[in-house]
Amino acid sequence: MIPSTFDYEAPTTVEDALTLLASAGDREVKVMAGGQSLLPVLRLRLAAPELVIDLGKIDELRGVSDDGDAVVIGAMTTHDDVVREPLIRQHALLLSATAQTVADPQIRHRGTLGGALAHADPAGDMGAPALALDAQMVIASLGGARRTVPAVEFFADLFSTAVGDGELLVAVRVPKHTGWGAHYEKMNRVAQAWSMVAVAAAVRVDGGTIAEAKVALTNMGVVPLRAHAVEQALVGRPATAESVRVAAASAAEGTSPMSDGNADEEFRRHLATVLTGRAVLAAAGI
Amino acid sequence: MTIIEDSPTTEREFGRARKRKEDARLITGRTKWTDNIQLPGMLHLAMVRSPYASATISAIDTSEAKAASGVVGVWTGPELAGSETGLPCAWPITPDMKAPTHPSIAQGRVAFAGEIVAVVAARSAIDAIDAAEKVIVDYDDTTPVLDMEQALAEGSPLVHPELGTNKNATWIFDSGEAGTGDSADAAIAAARTDPDSIVVQRRYRQQRLIPAFMEPRSTVVDPTGEQITVWSATQVPHFVRIFMALVTGTPESKIRVIAPDVGGGFGGKLQFTPEEVITFLLARAIGKPVKYTESRSESMVSSHHGRDQIQQLTLSAKRDGTVTGLKVELLADMGAYLGLVSPGVPILGAFMFNSIYKFPAYRFECTNVFTNKTWTDAYRGAGRPEATFAIERLMDALASELGREPMELRQQNWITHEEFPFTTVCGLTYDSGNYEAATAKAMELFDYDGLRREQAERRERRDPIQLGIGISTFTEMCGLAPSRVLGSLNYVGGGWENAAIRMLPTGKVEVVTGTSPHGQGHETAWSQIVADRLGVAFEDVEVLHGDTQVSPRGLDSYGSRSLVVGGVAVSLAADKVIEKARVVAAHLLEASPDDLEFAAGNFTVRGTDQSTSLATIAFASFDAHNLPDGIEPGIDAEATFDPPNFSYPHGTHLCATEVDTETGVVTIRTYVCVDDIGTVLNPLIVEGQVHGGLAQGIAQALYEDGVYDDSGTLTAASLATYHIPSASDLPSFTTDRTVTPATSNHLGVKGVGEAGTIASTPAVVNSVVDALAPWGVDDIEMPMTPMRVWKMIQSAIPSSTTGGNA
Amino acid sequence: MSTRSVTVTVDGVRYTDDVEPRTLLAHYLRERLGKVGTVVGCDTSSCGACTVHLDGRSVKSCSVLAVQADGSDITTIEGLTTNGELHPMQRAFHDNHALQCGFCTPGMIMAAIDLLSNNPDPTEHDIREGIEGNLCRCTGYHNIVKAVQAAAGQQSESAPQAVAATGGVA
Repeated sequence: MIPSTFDYEAPTTVEDALTLLASAGDREVKVMAGGQSLLPVLRLRLAAPELVIDLGKIDELRGVSDDGDAVVIGAMTTHDDVVREPLIRQHALLLSATAQTVADPQIRHRGTLGGALAHADPAGDMGAPALALDAQMVIASLGGARRTVPAVEFFADLFSTAVGDGELLVAVRVPKHTGWGAHYEKMNRVAQAWSMVAVAAAVRVDGGTIAEAKVALTNMGVVPLRAHAVEQALVGRPATAESVRVAAASAAEGTSPMSDGNADEEFRRHLATVLTGRAVLAAAGI
Repeated sequence: MTIIEDSPTTEREFGRARKRKEDARLITGRTKWTDNIQLPGMLHLAMVRSPYASATISAIDTSEAKAASGVVGVWTGPELAGSETGLPCAWPITPDMKAPTHPSIAQGRVAFAGEIVAVVAARSAIDAIDAAEKVIVDYDDTTPVLDMEQALAEGSPLVHPELGTNKNATWIFDSGEAGTGDSADAAIAAARTDPDSIVVQRRYRQQRLIPAFMEPRSTVVDPTGEQITVWSATQVPHFVRIFMALVTGTPESKIRVIAPDVGGGFGGKLQFTPEEVITFLLARAIGKPVKYTESRSESMVSSHHGRDQIQQLTLSAKRDGTVTGLKVELLADMGAYLGLVSPGVPILGAFMFNSIYKFPAYRFECTNVFTNKTWTDAYRGAGRPEATFAIERLMDALASELGREPMELRQQNWITHEEFPFTTVCGLTYDSGNYEAATAKAMELFDYDGLRREQAERRERRDPIQLGIGISTFTEMCGLAPSRVLGSLNYVGGGWENAAIRMLPTGKVEVVTGTSPHGQGHETAWSQIVADRLGVAFEDVEVLHGDTQVSPRGLDSYGSRSLVVGGVAVSLAADKVIEKARVVAAHLLEASPDDLEFAAGNFTVRGTDQSTSLATIAFASFDAHNLPDGIEPGIDAEATFDPPNFSYPHGTHLCATEVDTETGVVTIRTYVCVDDIGTVLNPLIVEGQVHGGLAQGIAQALYEDGVYDDSGTLTAASLATYHIPSASDLPSFTTDRTVTPATSNHLGVKGVGEAGTIASTPAVVNSVVDALAPWGVDDIEMPMTPMRVWKMIQSAIPSSTTGGNA
Repeated sequence: MSTRSVTVTVDGVRYTDDVEPRTLLAHYLRERLGKVGTVVGCDTSSCGACTVHLDGRSVKSCSVLAVQADGSDITTIEGLTTNGELHPMQRAFHDNHALQCGFCTPGMIMAAIDLLSNNPDPTEHDIREGIEGNLCRCTGYHNIVKAVQAAAGQQSESAPQAVAATGGVA
């Protein structure tokens, strides 16, 4: 299949992109990052935008920088770069570990962190680690304005985020989690299928004790969810399999998973506890 | 480009792991897929398809589409003459079979989601697709028929009201009535009242599968010559030619069909399709070349599906394990229409439920049912995977009921190697086999005893990862087929195959085959046969196929028939060449033909050093300056082989799975198969066929599911939702062979194309059920998704003992 | 219908064309440039049959717009063979019977080459994950994995082995 016809703009600055967005008026616009989710949708003609704004030529949206207590990742940084980038591996390993599991190599070469977050597919993988690591989403609007939204407020609903009309997600600011262990435990039907359930865990072990723990869930609701009960149950406990088993039992608390042919609500709740246990064990190196 | 191999050509070709000739073009992108074809003035088609499973069409407005840029025309069913003609079903299994008319474009009513309701022809594919979106169709949708059992119930809505029923046909084989055995009903009834007997009843579901060949179907029709040329991504160019003539009224002699490079089929391209007819009708009407290439989404809903049966099985046995009777009651989902062999697919399994076991009594009863789903037809194995699954699952069930070791129970009941040829309870004669040998080899490669020990240990320590061992000791009937047998089953057509060999004056050899490869490697394999037979170089043999003008006689490739019918024909044609050449050679050598020996491409006068080469004879018969009186120039020859029997490959497949009892995830740890496919022509190609077959059979067990929602919409309608396994989802395989030559052909070969698929599905399911035996799990519906596996564990009560199988 | 100009280098040849923005790179390669060695097998970026190298990295050309490729260097299956010599990966696919119908083969070879460029000494697990974006329906992947292992072994030897082939590629 071939997409419906559309106009195409490839601005070279964020400001130009925002200007295009502002001037689009009533036209249906799609902003394209890596295009790996958007193009199949357009090919199947499930969407037919009149204008596609391609962010691919905006150099300022690429790259990773050290900003003191945080790593700042440009929205157009590809999954493959998130996997490899030393700064991210050192300070936000959970993002790298998760990005490694996204789709397949070809899609990781094109797909971007910002695109995945802004797409906000509940089965998408990058939301949970961003949420777990308390990432801050940097959202731009016309005139050089920037606002920062914490991940927990960013994901609003199914395929819906805090990015408003006329705004763009331009960067993700991830507080440094240097020295934390990290793991993303994912379950899907076949290798390249979407996650049925997945769990992102980052753990800091200090002297045999779990000093800090952050856990977030993929596809256990319309948005990524933090497993606060698990985190609270882990902190201060000895880094043992038993501590993890007890804590993981509450992973499904406060979740509202959907049912589909691959997994119903009951199975998803169960998987959340099992996968949380495995993710935390791996992250803690137990 | 030719890849130069640094290998000698004096080695015997038969049995040699020749690398494929076909590869040179395929690995460089120098390929001719149908969709690659561009012709001057070519028009492109787009189909408008029904989103509804069952609806009448109240109106179609094509005005906006017709006015769109580049659009040559838009046709609905009533507007395209010839589209109302029913597509053929070549296998009316009973005289009273109910068959709906299957128009190539809907004529006022649709019976499945995906059915074509209009077609657009335009300058480009994109213009056609854009215009197709502008066609406005008013549907009055009605309640679809989706469940086979409900379809047969009183008061069900009807898929085709004019038929008055959703039942296509009921077909019965009873060994008592046929005189090939006793009455199964009597055997089962006797067992029910006999304290020394046991009756095992099971219901298994064969889910719907989608062949999902990698190359979407495509057809190009060029009417700008004296013959109308059709290129199509098909397994069956010869069928397409005949049926195109019958359906469109164009004389067969005016139609040429070419299957160029074809990207896989697996039965899915064993079809004569609405899309082929529409493309032909429009090219003929417009007078310009026309192309239609389906998208993957279209392919998923409109190319025929496979499997989809409900199996009700009853087996009786003595408590000592000896089987005494088997009764099979099937429901088979035809979908909305009948394809070329749809009604016969279950019948291809009818004679295989008894498999390698000595059942004295057998009954098979199948009812084919219409539903508002995509039509079903052949998919790799076609009938035999279903049969093999049922019997191999049943043997495990019987072993479990009797507390017997499952392999040992099989051995008690199978035909021993001394008993061949063996005439079965279905009346088939298995020509050769050695189940003991294949099983012994497989069990050794698998380390059967070691894995059983590990299984016991894991059960003992209640390991969350349990180990299961699955057995499948299969046989199948393939090499379709003896024409007389096909006739007795009411199949419209024969099962012979044709080959011709042309000896060129320059010493090269052309082999024309009626088979139509689409990945099997016939160019390589047939070259090996001829190189050996004629003593010419492998590289000097050119194999021509897939074009009805080049290869006028043939019945194409499916049913693991190519080598055992078509390859044998090639060999017979080579023998005829030798016999023709012998006469000329005798003349030139001034000897009696009876005194000539032919070996390694040379005729030698026995007991002398006088000899002449086949190449010399080929040229002498070309220039014809000095031929014996009454001998025509030329030593080309043709042969047609009609096999006297089916081919019965067999083997033992063993699968070890690790079942994560916490998540329900199944991982194949070890897969060992030892297949006996008779004499092996090319082991490299054979192993490739087995590997691919295993992948498809495993995919049925674990991954694939052509599932519909309640409205009759295929939910697995893309490769993102229909779960074909990737490399990460499959293991490496251990394959080996035993060799018991077939006696039904002089090469001793048996078919291999479907064996892996037929055997592997029950091996995997048996393995997972075995892993969960301590929970009392007896069956898991396919595909065995993590959720299904986990739910079975949840719903089962853990048994008090840790051991499952004895 | 507006068009945009794109300039790309494909298999060593520079092309400048006006294309509709909605034109997929795969269709541009096939229909405008005649690079029909690259095929399209699905519409959900699942099968990977259309895989090419875009500025040295494997991508699914059905999920890239031709306009996005403006200014890029593209290699297709047809650009691997130079001066009659097969790429070692092509040779390995042939030697190991890693293809049957051949439809997935161009994409599979392009993905496998990219895999080895990132990971010259992959384990079987690495290989299986590295080609998981490419579906094959014929081989069960068994011999594809073997071929990639063979190519990796060959690559790790000091000099890549040149393979002679006669004839030329168009």
